[in-house]
Amino acid sequence: MSKQIIVPFGPQHPVLPEPIHLDLVLEDERVVEAIPSIGYVHRGLEKLVEKRDYKDYVFISERICGICSFIHGATYCQGVEQIMGIEIPRRAEFLRAIWSEYSRMHSHLLWLGCFADSMGYENLFMNCWKVREKILDVLERTTGGRVIQGVNRVGGVSRDMDAAELKRIEGEIPGLRDDFTELTRIFDEDLTVQTRTKGIGILPKDKAWDLGAVGPVIRGSGHAVDVRSTGYGAYDELDFKPVVRNEADCHARCLVRAEELFTSLDLIENAIDRIPAGDILAPVKGNPSGEYYARAEQPRGEVIHYVKANGKKNLLRHRVRTPTLANVPALVHMLAGCELADVPVIVLTIDPCIGCMER
Amino acid sequence: MKQPQQTIKTIAVEELIHQIHSFHDDGYRLVQISCASEGDAFEVTYSFDKELTLTHLRIPASTEKPIPSISRIYLAAFVYENEIADLFGIPFSGIAIDYKGTFIRTSIPHPFGSPQISVVKKKPEGQHE
Repeated sequence: MSKQIIVPFGPQHPVLPEPIHLDLVLEDERVVEAIPSIGYVHRGLEKLVEKRDYKDYVFISERICGICSFIHGATYCQGVEQIMGIEIPRRAEFLRAIWSEYSRMHSHLLWLGCFADSMGYENLFMNCWKVREKILDVLERTTGGRVIQGVNRVGGVSRDMDAAELKRIEGEIPGLRDDFTELTRIFDEDLTVQTRTKGIGILPKDKAWDLGAVGPVIRGSGHAVDVRSTGYGAYDELDFKPVVRNEADCHARCLVRAEELFTSLDLIENAIDRIPAGDILAPVKGNPSGEYYARAEQPRGEVIHYVKANGKKNLLRHRVRTPTLANVPALVHMLAGCELADVPVIVLTIDPCIGCMER
Repeated sequence: MKQPQQTIKTIAVEELIHQIHSFHDDGYRLVQISCASEGDAFEVTYSFDKELTLTHLRIPASTEKPIPSISRIYLAAFVYENEIADLFGIPFSGIAIDYKGTFIRTSIPHPFGSPQISVVKKKPEGQHE
């Protein structure tokens, strides 16, 4: 047996957009064990709930993450609405679903770009981000914000889309589908991508379940775990089928995300066809009392927003279990036994969102 | 559309490991472990998923008495247990990967273990009606 050495990976590393630290225990070039540690961007946002009005806190909950911000805000609102017994207007639920899917596409395209970059494929990175701009343009046009949308409210949403806007969005979908087809073809067939991802970072089906993985990580290992299947919000009226692959490697996780781009477009088309007319915001009176574990499907997987209140305007507790935290044990498992050169690619396949994870 | 109602089963700490074994044997996925203050003490809640339905188990907790770790049954629990230990100061015994207080670096120890923040509005001194 050769001598073991420890190579620190992060918190500053060219492939990491956010800081996480891994101690990689190596034997020659092979990783024997990976020990993660976090805490570089812990902001204590959950504690802030004790000082802020529960309605104002919606804007803080959106700022937990700079990528999946919209779904954080929507899930927090779902939790509060549930304990207050508020039935929000159906149109608001459809609008939340449309914006959630746009969020998902922008996050997946961002990730696909970063993933291409981690393999040294600069040109593909720029192509992904070029397409992502089109998604951000729609978010900006319809909500006023590219990254933080700020349209969620307890009781619904603050902005509507008129018929002309919905028609315009629908008209843009075929062009986006063509863009996604080309990108997916490259991620699926390109030799560079295949060489760097196929058979690497294996997460067997039983391990993925045992380690509590979520999102594209568990779906890339053959489990159809997707919270949208529960039919929360407007998803009960939309034709949704989770994307699942069985190869359980980095390539599978990459293709789950690429194929989910098409699912999002289908869901948006569905939602535009079926969105009812009506109000977008229900009146909210009084303060919440009770507790609830609200959950939703973020681009990275299942997110849980726990809210607990005692009838005052400040909540007692808000706890967010983000998908990245749930995927850390799976990451540790995937890294054990891999080559050092594959570490960046494997780390990226869980789509780590550290700001989100540490809150 | 309202979301499904959830039930939370409260059990004694001594029953925890037995119950967790049952969940594991029945094929449940560990979704999360969370902690919240309850009066002067705390409550720790374990959430599981099977066929898209959430089930919760809850135990009372304090900063004095260690909770048996479930990370030997569900390895994924180590992240949640270390997180609760770092943020709330609640000790866990036998964590599979124990960071001993260094998992989440915080500027003050156990920032969430402090009592609930109460917001009191005060008029600035010298201001009259």
